[in-house]
Amino acid sequence: MNERFEIPARLKTTSFVLMLIGIVTLLLGVFTLMNSHAADHEVMHAERTRFWLVLLHNSVFFLLICVASVFIQAAASLAQGGWIVAYKRVPEAIGANVWIFGLITMVVLFCIAFVFNIDGHNPIYHWVHPEGDRVLEGKSGFLNKGMFAGFTIVTITLWSFFGRKFRALSIAQESAPKNSTKIYWNMVKWSAGFLLVYALTQMSTTPWMWIMSIDAHWYSTMFSWYTFASAFVSGMSLILLWVVYLKNQGNLEIVNKEHIHDLGKFMFAFSIFWTYVWFAQYMLIWYSNIPEETTYFKMRQQGPYGMIWYAVFIINFVMPILILMARPSKRNYFTVSFMAMIIIFGHWLDFYIMTMPGPLGVHWHLSWYELGIFAGFVGILIYTVANTLTKSSLIPNNHPLLKEALIHQS
Amino acid sequence: MAIKKFAVACFDDEEVLFPAVKKVRDSGYKLHDVYTPFPVHGLDHALGLKETDLHVAGFIYGITGTATALGFMGWIFTADWPMVFGGKPHFSLPAFIPITFELTVLFAAVGMVLTFCYLNQIMPGVKKHVFHPRQTDDLFVVAIELNDQVTEQEVVDFLKSTGSIETNVQVAESEWWYGRWDKEEAYQQA
Repeated sequence: MNERFEIPARLKTTSFVLMLIGIVTLLLGVFTLMNSHAADHEVMHAERTRFWLVLLHNSVFFLLICVASVFIQAAASLAQGGWIVAYKRVPEAIGANVWIFGLITMVVLFCIAFVFNIDGHNPIYHWVHPEGDRVLEGKSGFLNKGMFAGFTIVTITLWSFFGRKFRALSIAQESAPKNSTKIYWNMVKWSAGFLLVYALTQMSTTPWMWIMSIDAHWYSTMFSWYTFASAFVSGMSLILLWVVYLKNQGNLEIVNKEHIHDLGKFMFAFSIFWTYVWFAQYMLIWYSNIPEETTYFKMRQQGPYGMIWYAVFIINFVMPILILMARPSKRNYFTVSFMAMIIIFGHWLDFYIMTMPGPLGVHWHLSWYELGIFAGFVGILIYTVANTLTKSSLIPNNHPLLKEALIHQS
Repeated sequence: MAIKKFAVACFDDEEVLFPAVKKVRDSGYKLHDVYTPFPVHGLDHALGLKETDLHVAGFIYGITGTATALGFMGWIFTADWPMVFGGKPHFSLPAFIPITFELTVLFAAVGMVLTFCYLNQIMPGVKKHVFHPRQTDDLFVVAIELNDQVTEQEVVDFLKSTGSIETNVQVAESEWWYGRWDKEEAYQQA
């Protein structure tokens, strides 16, 4: 069996080209957007804001979808799920690289919160200067620089730590005595710890700080849970893309249609779950019809972002439910990989309209800068994950549940 | 609804049952059914059962539920008895979604349960012939339908050769029936 993965030259080239595109875009952004001197003052401010906002959007999105891999390992380990063991190395490798995206996100967030300002106010995080705004002054006990820095550092440190810890435990299992379950139970304990951390960060508070506070006057208590739904379904799609890629390269021979079917089920089920949360948030606000809450959706649904709003609904709900519902399509490598790419892009767009409308208003673009930065992050993701995958055997030969994964039927 | 003659074989081990089922299928005898005390993984493949269409039925029931809910609410609130709630339009889709969802689930669930019962010939108050009382306890029971082309002895000998621990020949109703005493007496005599 082909247990070791070697990065094919083509993948390496692709990832370097993508990273290069990202760096070139970033540099171009620094020269054109960040130092914009557009004649119209409003356009100039929007351009400068856009430079940071796009970085914020992409870094947070990629960080969250990578952390979803750590979450699925913890969940599977606590539930003693054998099905994931066949391709366990993939979520492990993604999880082990959380720190890279965490670092990028931290730099971007701190630059925005502490450095970025135009004429003495912060166009992205209004709460940085709450003086004179009664709503923001009221929220300043939670929304202030200290809390922001604390939440960001604690969240990213813990996520990165657990991502690396899970992989380290799994690698240690390889050299443990045959049939030893010590590390397996150790992993269960660490998983319980991670779930607690994850529940208190991604699922409840941290996205409030990072994303929701862009529209600082508006709030939704289920916002973090909603971003979790987005991140989790894209994270499962990301795992699936890697599994299918490795299988195409002749690795991961033990993975078959049964395992692909399982991942397809996750993509299908959590697309529906995302829609449920998305709609629940929307409907409560639509029904109660309170002006300070509806402004959020006025801009997104009926304003200049209407097209993206409906595109997101079609891509993230209508397409998965119609295409992935049938059993044969969840067992077809082409359909699931195609849908995985569609879903990741759809949720990227979803994060796009979470971040952009507040600061940019009508001055939004979906052009070279947005797509270039996206490409850069994809490049980093491909290269770092592929690099981690080469470092150990792709099959966890000594895992107690490997047999269960081999004979798995979905 | 037909009373037929069956050759019945009992097995006490899955390991023997699987090759036996394969031999029965290869032999060309008409396999009526296999009864097991618990779900046996892979037996459906061994029996060559085709994929069920229950999920297609479920989809149709679900769509029916969606259409019923949306159609009914739309008709009530626009044509039959228009009312204004909280200044919303008469046909306000977001408010209809939860009920539409519930009816979709209800129609799909109830419809699929009934279809499942029909396909498996189970329902409160209906009966089906039990080939061996221990088929719900600890025995795997294979029933082969006999017809003019085969002799009883030939099939029984064949079943014995596959490793069964007990074989016999029974005359029984092959389908389900609604339990009535006269009917049951009729084929106890048959």
